[in-house]
Amino acid sequence: MTIEIKVPVLGESITEATVGRWFKKPGEAVKADEPLVELETDKVTVEVPAPAAGVMGDILAAQGATVAIGALLGALKEGGSAAAAAAVAPKPAKVETAKAAAKSAPAKAAPASAASPPPAPAARKVLAEAQIDAGDVEGSGRRGQVLKEDAVEAVSAKAAAPVAAPVPAPPPRRESPSTPVPVAIQALKVPSTVGEPGREERVKMTRLRQTIARRLKDAQNSAAMLTTFNDVDMSAVMALRAQYKDLFEKRHGVKLGFMGFFVKACVQALREIPAVNAEIDGDDIIYKNYYHVGVAVGTERGLVVPVLRDVDRLSLAETEITIAEFGRRARDGKLSIEDMQGGTFTISNGGVYGSMLSTPILNAPQSGILGMHRIEERAVVKNGQIVARPMMYLALSYDHRIVDGKEAVTFLVRVKECLEDPQRFILEL
Amino acid sequence: MYDVIVIGTGPGGYVCAIRAAQLGMKVAVVEKRSTHGGTCLNIGCIPSKALLHASEAYDEASHHFAAMGINVTPELDLQRMQAFKDEGVKGNVDGVAYLLKKNKIDSFHGTGRIVDAGKVGITFMNGETSTLDARSIVIATGSGVVSLPGIEIDEERIVSSTGALTLQEVPKRLVVIGAGVIGLELGSVWRRLGSEVIVVEYLDRILPGMDSDVARTFQRILVKQGFEFRLGQKVTGVVDAGDAGLSVSVVPAVGDGTGETLLADVVLVAVGRKPYTDGLGLDEIRIERDSKGRIAVNDHFETSVAGVYAIGDVIAGPMLAHKAEDEGVAVAEIIAGQAGHVNYDVIPGVVYTAPEVASVGKTEDELKAAGVAYSVGKFPFTANGRAKVNRTTDGFVKVLADAATDRVLGVHIIGPHAGEMIAEAAVLMEFGGSAEDLARTCHAHPTLTEAVKEAALAAGKRAIHI
Repeated sequence: MTIEIKVPVLGESITEATVGRWFKKPGEAVKADEPLVELETDKVTVEVPAPAAGVMGDILAAQGATVAIGALLGALKEGGSAAAAAAVAPKPAKVETAKAAAKSAPAKAAPASAASPPPAPAARKVLAEAQIDAGDVEGSGRRGQVLKEDAVEAVSAKAAAPVAAPVPAPPPRRESPSTPVPVAIQALKVPSTVGEPGREERVKMTRLRQTIARRLKDAQNSAAMLTTFNDVDMSAVMALRAQYKDLFEKRHGVKLGFMGFFVKACVQALREIPAVNAEIDGDDIIYKNYYHVGVAVGTERGLVVPVLRDVDRLSLAETEITIAEFGRRARDGKLSIEDMQGGTFTISNGGVYGSMLSTPILNAPQSGILGMHRIEERAVVKNGQIVARPMMYLALSYDHRIVDGKEAVTFLVRVKECLEDPQRFILEL
Repeated sequence: MYDVIVIGTGPGGYVCAIRAAQLGMKVAVVEKRSTHGGTCLNIGCIPSKALLHASEAYDEASHHFAAMGINVTPELDLQRMQAFKDEGVKGNVDGVAYLLKKNKIDSFHGTGRIVDAGKVGITFMNGETSTLDARSIVIATGSGVVSLPGIEIDEERIVSSTGALTLQEVPKRLVVIGAGVIGLELGSVWRRLGSEVIVVEYLDRILPGMDSDVARTFQRILVKQGFEFRLGQKVTGVVDAGDAGLSVSVVPAVGDGTGETLLADVVLVAVGRKPYTDGLGLDEIRIERDSKGRIAVNDHFETSVAGVYAIGDVIAGPMLAHKAEDEGVAVAEIIAGQAGHVNYDVIPGVVYTAPEVASVGKTEDELKAAGVAYSVGKFPFTANGRAKVNRTTDGFVKVLADAATDRVLGVHIIGPHAGEMIAEAAVLMEFGGSAEDLARTCHAHPTLTEAVKEAALAAGKRAIHI
């Protein structure tokens, strides 16, 4: 019996995916639950497991094809041995037709025919040359059609982006998640016909990268974003950690890091300044009476932000355990979509890569993001004496539309106070 | 060293050359005729339109002027009519030469041959040879006439479209083999000038590929004009019958029913065209062709040899001048590093008879076969005010729209100036417009185009004038 392999439901708001590598070739034996193919979505890469043991049949969606949820990826011949499979391979699809099948997958066809008309002819050319997807351009024509003027505007917006971005760029390496902005923005280069072919390489952005680029720019375009700074003396936290780290690791099975302290400190501050934990929806402000804190994690595919849920109810140890688990899964590319949805606030740690100071970009629609940086001994004055203290700069980028300056500054002061005097955690001050 | 060398200066080639020059490239063209313009301008579209126009005027004067109160008895001067045609052709081919010169394109009149990627050999008319270098080569050599086995075209009594345009007297009896666009257009010319015309077609319909509703209606109109048809018949041979003229043997296309013999003074063979690639050297440099002998290209019009492109009749798709022109523009833009594109779903086709037949997009037959749910809006010219006063009420406009989205999928027109009117349908479809968009666009009154608007209204079941 032939079992159809389809694109599984991948989480809310995910409508399509890009087919990644196929792990099995037609005719190859497959065990139940063995991964067959990987699918790359806006947010994660997932593996589609074999629903049963059998032999891989035809592959209908080739690597690189865009497929909709529920679309047919290929076929699996249940039971039979590899030798038998060749003879009874499902008839209609040949391997050559894989491309065609992928092209006509509903993901591409459906939206085109149903909702808005195709871009106007001249707009199509303008967009193709600037490598802008028509879906990303708002059409001003009848029924939302993308007209030439819309396309021209989209191209100039794209061209203006790198210049307009007021972000002081830390080294623009892809491993620099302190603020993931520079990489994304630099990728948005207007193609020009005068290049040096042969000395440049043109690579298609991954879906994850496209999403990062789009979301960062959306955040910049919609929020009145502003960053406030403070510094924190890490002596107390470091002393506490030095004193208990062995015992903590023995008891909880994970290392006692700094992130847990920062998460707890932020929750404390969010409780006091609810606007930072709120979002704007049209003309309304939605205040969240729960604390889902995203922790940005750099992976080789790009930056992902798994979310610690109801972190106010977690102990420091549980927080550390969860963070460690997310970090491991992020590196393995095993984070699920649900793991990354629903955050109310985000913490980004550029310090691990050595960043001194940065201005993080909001993770829209959230209204606040905390930037952590490297800890270094700096000369500070305490009680009239110049002393060396382990210091870290803190940055809070916030949406000034709903967070007032006083609130933002107070938030950061509260975070600083908690970290400089961890006893406040116990007293919930 | 040229950036682009275009071989062939038909509508595809010369347009490609001009567009490439506009984009700043150094361009040369190689043309084996002494004049530019290819089949279209020299022995195709343009001369046939001159004769269609002149013969229609003659027909009008003979049969329709009197009803308008103009009493004349026209007298045919075929030599003068042929001269009228030749002057028209000269005006057009000279125009192309002027445009090439204006765009600083070098013209070489000789036979081109691709020696290797980037090298074009030319054999000039006087036998001298030369070789040119180019970064890109565009093959735009067009197509030639196809004949039938056992029928040898002499271009005097057994003619192709080429000979049918230069007949020096009106044949009393003309047999046309093939009821396609060319056969019906040239058949119309000679019928209007006095020939008895019989059209023999292998298929059981005329205008294969066009909407069958349109084809049936059009056939009725042609019969009314005096055409005779032998559908589902094939010609097995044409022999000289002495004083009786030519004897054309016709038998049923399928089965073994009894045949008949038609007598003719001239036989026009109009059964199709084939890509013209003779002497280009394709095999030597291993340029791949498909099963129909057409040059295989990718979606950038590039052949299996990098840097060698092909457009127009030598590649797949309808053999139409405007299709070749758009491909010429697209390939020039692609070579310049831009995005060049031809939308093959919106290429209009026109038969320049009277009335004209024009279509763009899908036919009703194609939609049925594809299982697409569609709505039909049809409006006859008998209900159009302008057509009524002009007494040109033959035909209709048919708009086919997607039943769910109302997007226009095809428009088919039989009627006066159908070839001009189809343009608005093409523009609409290129923008993905709906039948309602068309219906809500103001059309001038009184014009024939109101029939297009009414057909669009009819697709939404709210035509006003019927």
